[in-house]
Amino acid sequence: MRAGDRLPPLEIPVTRTLIVAGAIASRDYQDVHHDPELARQKGTPDIFMNILTTNGLVGRYVTDHFGPTAVLRKVSIRLGAPNHPGDTMVLTGSVEATDGGTAVVRVTGTNGLGTHVTGTVTVTLPAEEATP
Amino acid sequence: MSGDQAYDELGARLKEFEGRPAAVAGVGKDPVNTAMIRHWCEALGDTNPAYTGPDAVAPPTMLQAWTMGGLTGHRGRAGAYDELLGLLDASGCTSVVATDCEQEYLRPLRPGDEVTFHTVIEEVSARKATRLGTGYFVTTRMEVRVDGEPVGTHRFRVLKYAPAPRAPRTPRPRPVVNRDNAGFWRGVAEHRLLIQRCTACGTLRHPWLPGCNSCGGPDWDTVEASGEGTVHSYVVMHHPPFPAFDPPYAVALIELAEGVRMVSNVVGVPYDKVRIGLPVRLVFRRYDEELTLPVFEAVNR
Repeated sequence: MRAGDRLPPLEIPVTRTLIVAGAIASRDYQDVHHDPELARQKGTPDIFMNILTTNGLVGRYVTDHFGPTAVLRKVSIRLGAPNHPGDTMVLTGSVEATDGGTAVVRVTGTNGLGTHVTGTVTVTLPAEEATP
Repeated sequence: MSGDQAYDELGARLKEFEGRPAAVAGVGKDPVNTAMIRHWCEALGDTNPAYTGPDAVAPPTMLQAWTMGGLTGHRGRAGAYDELLGLLDASGCTSVVATDCEQEYLRPLRPGDEVTFHTVIEEVSARKATRLGTGYFVTTRMEVRVDGEPVGTHRFRVLKYAPAPRAPRTPRPRPVVNRDNAGFWRGVAEHRLLIQRCTACGTLRHPWLPGCNSCGGPDWDTVEASGEGTVHSYVVMHHPPFPAFDPPYAVALIELAEGVRMVSNVVGVPYDKVRIGLPVRLVFRRYDEELTLPVFEAVNR
């Protein structure tokens, strides 16, 4: 684990099911995350993924890479272009800095409209895994 | 402008909410539990073994989920936050979208942990114009505790906005029909794609012209295209967006089976699946009450 290391990209098909299941699993019943007609009335072409799902996917992306012993310390994200059904989000990441067993990973998720999410994740690895 | 004035006054009133509590001693509706963890992991496709088994912890990114009011809301929400949202609703900022989430996890949450939370309104922005509409960014900061001990913090920013009115759909531009190409458009009206043919030398031509490029002959008749073709070349339009069109979309130069080429759209296939050589077939698509155009669909051959 070194600064500059790149994480392999993760492709997430943004299905209607993922958007709705993610919203409900995160207890978010805002209509724009499950009701296309009400979403349209609010000026968006279709339902879109809620921020909690995006946050969870960013966390998953980092722990998928570093393994089950990795511990998330901080996740900070900013949303841009929405994740609508039928799109694909590709998560990419690179290690920005390391400090002992702690790494700061810069994550970007892009979709067909542009950048859906940018963020940084601080993750700690157990000592024996941090230094190969 | 008086509208701006009103917003400025509103902005000043909203600013006064900074530092006031949004939730005092909120209590999570459910203790941290394996069922909600499993539902979360299923939805997100997260197979991390740390979230299952006897020593399971909750995915840290579930932090906010444990504090959500669900369909029935929270009892513990303090008056200030409702008052702030009420002011924004009354000003027309009735819609909300989350823009930022910053979480710090001090220790893992485990099944059985009972979460309490305190939330403060940290910042209310000045009025901002965004793509969705005009509104205000409201930032809150939540401290999450278990048995009085801090377990995490959660800073959250939402845009509370007045949805921009949706412009009436602009119709697609009309074709320019003149003496030289009127026959082509009469054919389209009958769902026939007509190619001009020089009666002197037999050369086919498209688009329609008053004379033959090959021999100069002015006389012509027509051949009806079979409708089979392939993509000879294409571009994908992303920008600038024209009101009548929905980018990204593919504009293609179609080589018809008869050998002439025409510019059209490839429809019914994602723009990024359009390729040179892609076999296509003619369809007539109706865009509005007055406009039907010959476009092309991908076919499997």
